[in-house]
Amino acid sequence: MRNKFQYFSVGLITTWLCIFGLLSFLVMVVMSFLQHDPDHIALWHFTLQNYEDLFDPIFFKIFIKSFYIAFMVTAACLLLGYPFAYIISRLPERLQNTALLLLLLPFWTSSVVRTYAMMSLLKTKGLLNTALLSLGLIHEPLQILFTNTAVAIGLIYNLLPFMILPIYVNLERFDISLIEAAKDLGAKYTTIFRKVIIPLSIPGIVGGCTLVFLPAMTLFFISDLLGGAKALLLGNLIEDQFLMANNWPRGAATSVLLTVIMAIGLLIYWFKSNKRINYDAAI
Amino acid sequence: MMRPFRSFYLTLIYLFLYIPIGTLIVYSFNNATFSMLWHGFTLNWYRAVLQDSSLWLAVWHSFYLALAATTSALFIGTLAAISLYRYQFRGKNMLQGLLFVIIITPDIVMGIALLILFSLSGLALGFWSLYIAHVTFCIPFVVVIVYSRAKSIDPNIFAAASDLGASELQTFWHIIVPILLPALISGALLCFALSFDDIVISYFVSGPGFEILPIKIFGLARMGVNVELNALCSLLFGLTLILVCLSQWVTRKKKL
Repeated sequence: MRNKFQYFSVGLITTWLCIFGLLSFLVMVVMSFLQHDPDHIALWHFTLQNYEDLFDPIFFKIFIKSFYIAFMVTAACLLLGYPFAYIISRLPERLQNTALLLLLLPFWTSSVVRTYAMMSLLKTKGLLNTALLSLGLIHEPLQILFTNTAVAIGLIYNLLPFMILPIYVNLERFDISLIEAAKDLGAKYTTIFRKVIIPLSIPGIVGGCTLVFLPAMTLFFISDLLGGAKALLLGNLIEDQFLMANNWPRGAATSVLLTVIMAIGLLIYWFKSNKRINYDAAI
Repeated sequence: MMRPFRSFYLTLIYLFLYIPIGTLIVYSFNNATFSMLWHGFTLNWYRAVLQDSSLWLAVWHSFYLALAATTSALFIGTLAAISLYRYQFRGKNMLQGLLFVIIITPDIVMGIALLILFSLSGLALGFWSLYIAHVTFCIPFVVVIVYSRAKSIDPNIFAAASDLGASELQTFWHIIVPILLPALISGALLCFALSFDDIVISYFVSGPGFEILPIKIFGLARMGVNVELNALCSLLFGLTLILVCLSQWVTRKKKL
């Protein structure tokens, strides 16, 4: 009986994940090495062309731009999110839970809905412009919607909690006596922050950055709604290859590249958090 | 006592998070199509939403898709979590690794990988392709939630149950399931929300014959801001609020 239950449940999930997780991913990798053909999905002919294409100036520009935007968004989320995570990690426990619930509440609703909300806030006759105009801060409405700034704001708005949560989890477990020890030894508050708090929260920071950076390159619908007509993010490039240009092999190659970037991020994270564990063992 | 700067900073971030949604809700009651000035209270836009039958079809599709995906993911994921907790077997590490990889894979990669698989295998894009995709991305979350609850079970309980002559199936129904109930409920709510809200993966694996709500909203939003959409989004946000409060209430009650 024990074996039947075990075989059934393990077999079920393994089969499901192997077919729809592993196999689909492998098929995508194979596809990225096939030749593009306008009449079929792809030609059964090995080529490296799709990867060479990615270094074509047009695509390369999109990469650089997407990287740049993702980098800025990640930096902004870190600057906004770190103090936030720090402050709530120091609140009494009851307040902490409420603070977290309030943080996550908007994120239970669809990200399209949230992006749409941002869209109506930023439009030329939207609340932001109306408010700034009536306060006399500006004299004509700002054109924010359909610019890169709007895309960046939309991404920050959607991704901020993914930065805050890992850092919060890290800081929450933080041993407060370390700070007291540093104080006793005469360290100033800035020194404590720089030499004690920040280094120990590195795993949280790296985790948060990975969680923000990748989606910031791929959430194509945000740039579709808030940005101009041009493909801006790596995600838009992939979307275009599949749904407009109909060049599946190239789209697959772009996705493989994205996965490689993700793997690198994970390796850094793994390396950093392993160092953290060794550090713990040392004390 | 919170220092003033700290509460000021928290307030600022919360404002950033809530102002867009707040504005949306307030203006869904505004009696004007484009203006941001207040033209009086109206429920017209809600009435229009309620009468839009193509919208309701999308809601209905999303609803039963989420229900089907949640049920299946809960079934597969819970059984897997229990096995991972109770048994040692070959490939256990590989299975855990696979679950982890699926959680962190960017949605867009999973979306197109499944799209390629479906087109090559000849599966038409529609309910079934969406169902498979949603079950796949929900399973790992169920496993994580149920497994972390299962870890808190005292293993002696199983010994006690078998000493008293309970079969494996009886142990499962009368001991494991009741203990895991809070985890099952929060897992189900999470899956439902993930499935109901997903856009990136669904965008690639949905077909024209089976339209779901996020895709429909995305299509409408692409054409620009409109008041009817404000009302619809406000309704969705209200629904979410109710679900979250419900799940909070369930978990809190279980703690007592």
